[in-house]
Amino acid sequence: MQFRLNGADVEVGAHPMSRLLDVLREECNLTGTKEGCGEGECGACTVLIDGEPVCSCLVPVSQVEGAEVLSIEGLGGNHPLQKLFMNEVGAQCGICTPGMIMAALTLPDDPTLDDVKTALAGNLCRCTGYSAIYRAVLKWKTNEIQRADATQEIQR
Amino acid sequence: MTAVGKSVARKDGIGKATGGAQYADDLVFPEMIHGRTIRSTIPRGRIKSIRYDFDTTGFTIVDYRDVPAKNAVDLMSQDQPFLAEHEVNHMAEPIVLLAHEDRDTLLAAKVVIEYEEEEPLFDPEKSTLSFKDIDIVKGDTDSALRSAHVIVEGTYRTGHQEHVYIEPNGVIAVPEEGGVAIYGSVQCPFYVIKALRCLLGSAHPNVRVIQTETGGGFGGKEEYPSMIAGHAVLLALKSKRPVKIIYDREEDMVATTKRHPSIVRHRTGLTKDGKLVAMEIEVILDGGAYVTLSPTVLSRGCIHAAGPYNCDNVRIRGHAMFTNTPPNGAFRGFGAPQTEFAIEVHMDRIADQLGIDPVEIRRMNALKPGDRTATGQTLRDDTSAHMVLEEAVKRTDFARKRKEWKGTNKSIGISLFYHGAGFTGAGERNLKSKARLDLTPTGVRIAVGSTEIGQGTRTMHAQIVTDALGIPYESVEVAQPDTSRVADSGPTVASRTCMVVGKILEECAHEMKEKLGGLSPADYYAKNGAISVERMYEPPDWIQWDDDTYLGDAYATFGWGCDVAELELDPDTYEVKPIKLTAVQEFGRPIHPALAQGQIEGGTAQGLGYALLEKVVMKNGAMANGQLTNYVIPTTLDMPELEVVMMENPYPGGPFGAKGLGELPMDGPAPAVVNALRALGLDVREIPATPELLATAPSI
Repeated sequence: MQFRLNGADVEVGAHPMSRLLDVLREECNLTGTKEGCGEGECGACTVLIDGEPVCSCLVPVSQVEGAEVLSIEGLGGNHPLQKLFMNEVGAQCGICTPGMIMAALTLPDDPTLDDVKTALAGNLCRCTGYSAIYRAVLKWKTNEIQRADATQEIQR
Repeated sequence: MTAVGKSVARKDGIGKATGGAQYADDLVFPEMIHGRTIRSTIPRGRIKSIRYDFDTTGFTIVDYRDVPAKNAVDLMSQDQPFLAEHEVNHMAEPIVLLAHEDRDTLLAAKVVIEYEEEEPLFDPEKSTLSFKDIDIVKGDTDSALRSAHVIVEGTYRTGHQEHVYIEPNGVIAVPEEGGVAIYGSVQCPFYVIKALRCLLGSAHPNVRVIQTETGGGFGGKEEYPSMIAGHAVLLALKSKRPVKIIYDREEDMVATTKRHPSIVRHRTGLTKDGKLVAMEIEVILDGGAYVTLSPTVLSRGCIHAAGPYNCDNVRIRGHAMFTNTPPNGAFRGFGAPQTEFAIEVHMDRIADQLGIDPVEIRRMNALKPGDRTATGQTLRDDTSAHMVLEEAVKRTDFARKRKEWKGTNKSIGISLFYHGAGFTGAGERNLKSKARLDLTPTGVRIAVGSTEIGQGTRTMHAQIVTDALGIPYESVEVAQPDTSRVADSGPTVASRTCMVVGKILEECAHEMKEKLGGLSPADYYAKNGAISVERMYEPPDWIQWDDDTYLGDAYATFGWGCDVAELELDPDTYEVKPIKLTAVQEFGRPIHPALAQGQIEGGTAQGLGYALLEKVVMKNGAMANGQLTNYVIPTTLDMPELEVVMMENPYPGGPFGAKGLGELPMDGPAPAVVNALRALGLDVREIPATPELLATAPSI
């Protein structure tokens, strides 16, 4: 089975009904995607498939054949949202953080607080009460817009 | 000061946000196999036979006969077996362990156990076996009740609560030269060592525990990891291979500990203008089938049961009762959320009955410096009940909203609470916690068994050492807890990691500074090589405590809080929508304000879940809704706006004035929410206040 994972072509030998979560963690050795419940409730295993956030514990690997899968490892270690999750204490214990970041990536520009809450409603965090997560995500989006404005400024 | 009081960069690095941080399930060892626990399917009875209904080739099978020394989890008592021998006392009790290299084969293996069933006991009030009885006596309650103008009585109930750390319990036992190493998701590595020494005896002296990155604890990984670590070690010793046991969510929810359900009865005498003259309180906790930590949970619950109020005549009786359910255990707050729920709802009922404003009744009775608590402890200057109360009332415009929202579906409620920091009574003196600082070529390394479980241990300890030693924050590193390499700083519980362990580290840093004699750590190391400083905790010398009478200084200091909940009730569905929660809390002073705020926000969220959503449904002695589908914790859409106000009133015995903080925020939300519901005319005396409960609640 072939698909694109974090920008590279991969071929895996797992059973087609294997959970994408297990294939990522055990065959591809990418353990950044976490299992919290195994039933699609907690969102700790969220990855993007063709840009859509999904719980990888509910997806048979056969379903991603030919698709573009992005896991937390695909962001490298310098993504501003990753730094903001640490600095704003949006990550406490950190187990929900990779999934939370993946879900947040799908937010539109200039989101309202309600947009952020809706985008993250499928991701459980037991440590933060979510407030610090909102602070991290909103700061990222604000900075992103400021950067985009600055770029436009230069282009003009 | 360069670090304390500032939200400096965290010592965690970036790993939690890149997926690079290594949790137990992320670790793989050569030749590693997987372990599984076969558990009882009845709540009480005798084991008649065990049949292995599968091809056992390639399996490692362990039962109680494989225990090298003592089949008992060594905690407060030694009554709980690692593996049931002939009788089972609760559902999901471990009986047999299996291990296999292929996880699917392991999960498919069928073990048939036949039982002789016995009548189970589920009602703690019908139980005749008590794990602990407490009787606190201050003054003469009987005669004070006789002379009181008004008597208000009430019974209050709280349910189980499940921790729902997002990372389930998990450990790996790895045989190594001359012993075994345990890597795991644990709060208290040295508790695990104690339990394994009892299990293994002198034949296996070399055990060490290494804490992996831990995906939340909240008390749920305080005592339970001793059990799962014992299981993994038994399988590893028999198979001579590394064994990984990771619980799935349902096993974790059904089999492991929860917050003790409680029944609290109050009988209170007052003057007609609302001054407390007598408080008679009975606290009953459902302990479950084994002792675990129930005596100390009951102890903290009873000590906090009279609330942050001054009363000359108080009698508190408590009982932690045996039932045939999985043992209940440590959970953030440790008995206090239960009893403070009861007293705070009771105070609003008293206010109603006397026609006094709920703020006024608290103002009239709240503890002040110089007052004596139920255990006879004279409070010191770091007592802030009035300060947090007045700030919360002012900030939320409580009186105006209370008046204006009358007759609408909107409401506002208040709770006043406190939480003792550190172990109770003589606990810290008996614990003799130690901390160590090692000099490195570039600075110093903190070597303590206190674990980072999300609350910021690494960072906050490093800040304290930085400023006490006067070196750059970047030159302080924090060792991963490995019991063979770090000092036993006691368990990571009881809001003690900052206040107690931080204090020992501050003293270590002062001693290290003297030893360096003006040299930088790097210069000293280059000249003289490595040195270490290890010190033991000395509690304040004024602490007096009598374990028999339960009288004396229960805690070196208390944190203080006042929560105000604003909410809206749907009159058709009885759904409660919290709009805003204001949490005003005083905990000495924050070492790292952003982390401290995170503790308050997170604890408040858990408190709101406890108040409204988190219902453990027990059927035949086991949790019937052991899934996140039907045991609901707050999501982003359930959480209201949180406003956190951190107030300062330094505790002289804490590092840089800090008190404990972790548990305090858990105590306030539930009563604040229920008191807001009371103001809507619903007589609620129980949590969780689900729509089903509210629909049948009597009107006031």
